[in-house]
Amino acid sequence: MTTYDAGVKEYRQTYWDPAYTPADTDLLACFKITPQEGVPREEAAAAVAAESSTGTWTTVWTDLLTDLDHYKGRAYSIEDVPGDPSCFYAFVAYPIDLFEEGSVVNVLTSLVGNVFGFKAIRALRLEDVRFPLHYVMTCGGPPNGIIVERDKMDKYGRPLLGCTIKPKLGLSGKNYGRAVYECLRGGLDFTKDDENVNSQPFMRWRDRFENVAEAVKLAQAETGERKGHYLNVTAPTVEDMYERAEFAKALDMPIIMHDFLTAGFTAHTSLANWCRRNGMLLHVHRAMHAVIDRNRSHGIHFRVLVKCLRLSGGDHLHSGTVVGKLEGDRQATLGWIDLMRERLVPEERARGIFFDQDFGHMPGLFPVASGGIHVWHVPALVSIFGDDSVFQFGGGTIGHPWGNAAGAAANRVALEACVEARNEGRDVEREGSEILTRAAKSSPELAAALETWREIRFEFEVVDTLDEATR
Amino acid sequence: METNIREYPSRLGDAASKRLGTFSYLPRFDKPAVKTQIEYLVGKDLTPMIEHVEPARATSRYWYMWKLPLFGERDPEAIQREVEACIQANPNDHVRLIGFDPRRQTQVVSFVVGRGAAD
Repeated sequence: MTTYDAGVKEYRQTYWDPAYTPADTDLLACFKITPQEGVPREEAAAAVAAESSTGTWTTVWTDLLTDLDHYKGRAYSIEDVPGDPSCFYAFVAYPIDLFEEGSVVNVLTSLVGNVFGFKAIRALRLEDVRFPLHYVMTCGGPPNGIIVERDKMDKYGRPLLGCTIKPKLGLSGKNYGRAVYECLRGGLDFTKDDENVNSQPFMRWRDRFENVAEAVKLAQAETGERKGHYLNVTAPTVEDMYERAEFAKALDMPIIMHDFLTAGFTAHTSLANWCRRNGMLLHVHRAMHAVIDRNRSHGIHFRVLVKCLRLSGGDHLHSGTVVGKLEGDRQATLGWIDLMRERLVPEERARGIFFDQDFGHMPGLFPVASGGIHVWHVPALVSIFGDDSVFQFGGGTIGHPWGNAAGAAANRVALEACVEARNEGRDVEREGSEILTRAAKSSPELAAALETWREIRFEFEVVDTLDEATR
Repeated sequence: METNIREYPSRLGDAASKRLGTFSYLPRFDKPAVKTQIEYLVGKDLTPMIEHVEPARATSRYWYMWKLPLFGERDPEAIQREVEACIQANPNDHVRLIGFDPRRQTQVVSFVVGRGAAD
């Protein structure tokens, strides 16, 4: 019989359990821990397990009113971080009972809550999470998913194309609609509100929505193809968010967008549920992610944010491009785009995937490659991302010397030429230059685009690389 | 001031401005190019399907289905003969070739092989 013994115990007496075999229903986490000097690895790992589950700094009598062995998280394994002796990986198993059903919010509050400020730890990074299928099944997931979106938009056999309207801020509603119309009539499938376009004095949201809706309808009539504009419904309150979403629906628009991190998972999950009920596609932006995921020692890895978003709900999510102006290691990117699209993603350390992840029947979502891309990047993008993706241009459409429509046509011709060549069995990435040059012979718009951006590359060292021996 | 900027030529009333999905921004495929795409479709183990429609109804979700999907047909030449037969029987229609994946229930290949003569 356990008796009450007040005082401070070492965490590892209770929360370090190397003999433990994780259950299929456990939620598993891999943390990269940089402990304070002198703190043994097992103690640091146990402290993380304790502080992110049932533990506190001292023994309390109320522990004895429950079965802590049933509810506690356990650190069950420790591994070296290849090439970096200052830190190590700790694997923690949490019983599923610790988390409210369908609540990414609750999972994050536990796993990345107080524990990240814990004094015995110098830095802490949540590298990966295995959500058990039992938990996945309690979440709503993407409102529509890739297959349904293709049917809704009537687009098959190629990646989709989008353009973010620039300048990011300052256009009036009427001028903004002009920029949208020109992109869509030129051959893009989607245009997009930049993330910081909400409802500023120079362009209130209702005015923007009305102008954009007319632009979308005109471009559809002119080209005979289905079009959409990601109408950003991110708002200061959920009431405003819903009002904007309802108006987009009343205008018969197919897709809206939301910034999931700045708005928060509660608002986001509610909006995803609204989209599912209303047959609305949901494009998801990720402002603030780099604050959370870019530091190699501290924060949350982007692959965890991807899993959380897939569970919370979204039909598109920005993934980085590997080739454009924003950060992204190629193998790591391939890992997280699998997490967006696939049903079962097996452990693969070479891509930074620490656990098998089974999403069951939950639909997949489109990765969106966005940030400084232009026609010269298209061969590499086709090769990296395959068909189930959105290539999101900005300056790479609107910066065309003849304007948006010509820029859009150049993007579309480049894409179709690369898809045709890939289907012919050619190595699109290696032969990209020849494929594009040949396609430009029948497209003056592409020829002008190739000339404009001939020398533009974004070649900097990636900051958040995968840990050495995992490569 | 003279510039070399070109106007984008698309017009509401111009049939050539109406696009028809994937590959409709490239020059029309000749028969060998179509055959190469058919070989890709067969190599991917997709089910060939042929659809056609009057140009005026091209934006609708459902086109006329040519016979039934060619379940189990793996011979690119036989598939191309069916495409040609559909075009001959419906010279005024757009004709689309689809590679369908029954497991994921989606079209992996989809492009217009022939545009209606009246278009």
